[in-house]
Amino acid sequence: MVVATETAWAAVSSVSDPELPPLTIADLGVLRGVDADASGRIIVRITPTYSGCPAMTVIQMEIETALAKAGIKNARVETELAPAWSSADISAEGRAKLAHMGIAPPPGPGASVTCPRCESTVTEELSRFGATACKSLWRCTSCLEPFEAFKAL
Amino acid sequence: MSDPTLFQYVLGLADDQLVLGHRLSQWTGRAPILEEELALGNIALDLIGQARGLYQYAGALEGAGRDEDALAYHRDARGYLNLTLVEQPNGDFAQTIARQLFYTAMALPFWQAMTASTDQRLAAVAAKAEKETAYHLRHATEWTARLGDGTDESHRRMQAAINQLWAFTGELFEMIAAEAGLAAAGIAPDRKTLRAAWDRTIDATLSDASLTRPDDSWMAEGGRDGLHGEDLGHMLAEMQSLQRMHPGLQW
Ligand SMILES: [Zn+2]
Repeated sequence: MVVATETAWAAVSSVSDPELPPLTIADLGVLRGVDADASGRIIVRITPTYSGCPAMTVIQMEIETALAKAGIKNARVETELAPAWSSADISAEGRAKLAHMGIAPPPGPGASVTCPRCESTVTEELSRFGATACKSLWRCTSCLEPFEAFKAL
Repeated sequence: MSDPTLFQYVLGLADDQLVLGHRLSQWTGRAPILEEELALGNIALDLIGQARGLYQYAGALEGAGRDEDALAYHRDARGYLNLTLVEQPNGDFAQTIARQLFYTAMALPFWQAMTASTDQRLAAVAAKAEKETAYHLRHATEWTARLGDGTDESHRRMQAAINQLWAFTGELFEMIAAEAGLAAAGIAPDRKTLRAAWDRTIDATLSDASLTRPDDSWMAEGGRDGLHGEDLGHMLAEMQSLQRMHPGLQW
């Protein structure tokens, strides 16, 4: 049983977020857990970043595909809302991948958004709404480059 | 599970989110600037996502086998229980912003209070909606200030929108018959307690934008009883056309 959940975890934790392909659902904290019920059926629990995140349907399909490829049959994917996802759920590796993509990772409480190009913390918000619900648009006042930032939520 | 009282209450909340979300989605391709195209689309997605969570719960509470799609696509306007504010047409950009301001200034304290609900499903929806709504309110208050303090034309339009939609704000604090019992049981927030926070937000925003708060006069009502203006019927006809033509169609 333990082996099955480990195999399942290995298979689903590498599923990418379709809107941020270098990041996996484990990096983002969207993957909450992989368990087996009393009958041995694998249950994968995920949580949406935003209520209306359109990527969730795709993520669910890719999880099912990944499980099938790993030879795990009859698994179930459950979406849970509580506790609500927070941008603090993004792993250190996830934050590093965001910065590498040129997207500023979400700032901690009271911290300012850091420019992903020159690492200046002197930055200004241009728009709270970016190309996807989870990002906003910023500009660095040191190097003058515009960039996207992952919103603190 | 069958709970007709809670079903009716949750259905009304879901309808508020879906109708407002669909209205905002009608700006897609027509927003005044690209930044707003993204903002209104993102807010619409948040609202429709919140509606889905509420419809799934409503379907379970009804226990009649209706899922979120059946509830959204196979009821006519008479069966919709949303507030009449959210169904008001987009109008010009100022009217859309006034509608956002009035609704969201109520929705933020509403979802904040709902996070403490004794009903775990509602508390879970609220915990996400609260964070999202905080962004929506900042969007509405900032645009109200920009338009109110902008040009003579933008000021005139923003004030006209505030005046026009004021009659739909009384309903934000009306409780349906069952709601008092749900509030007493700790399931639903008491809407009367939201009024003070709403007044504070509205007064501060209007004053910051050099706009005048209208006097209270006739207030619209009846949305929670399924009594709507004809605009909702037109909106639903368009929104539901595909499912009405091909019931059960899946992408
Ligand atoms: Zn920079």
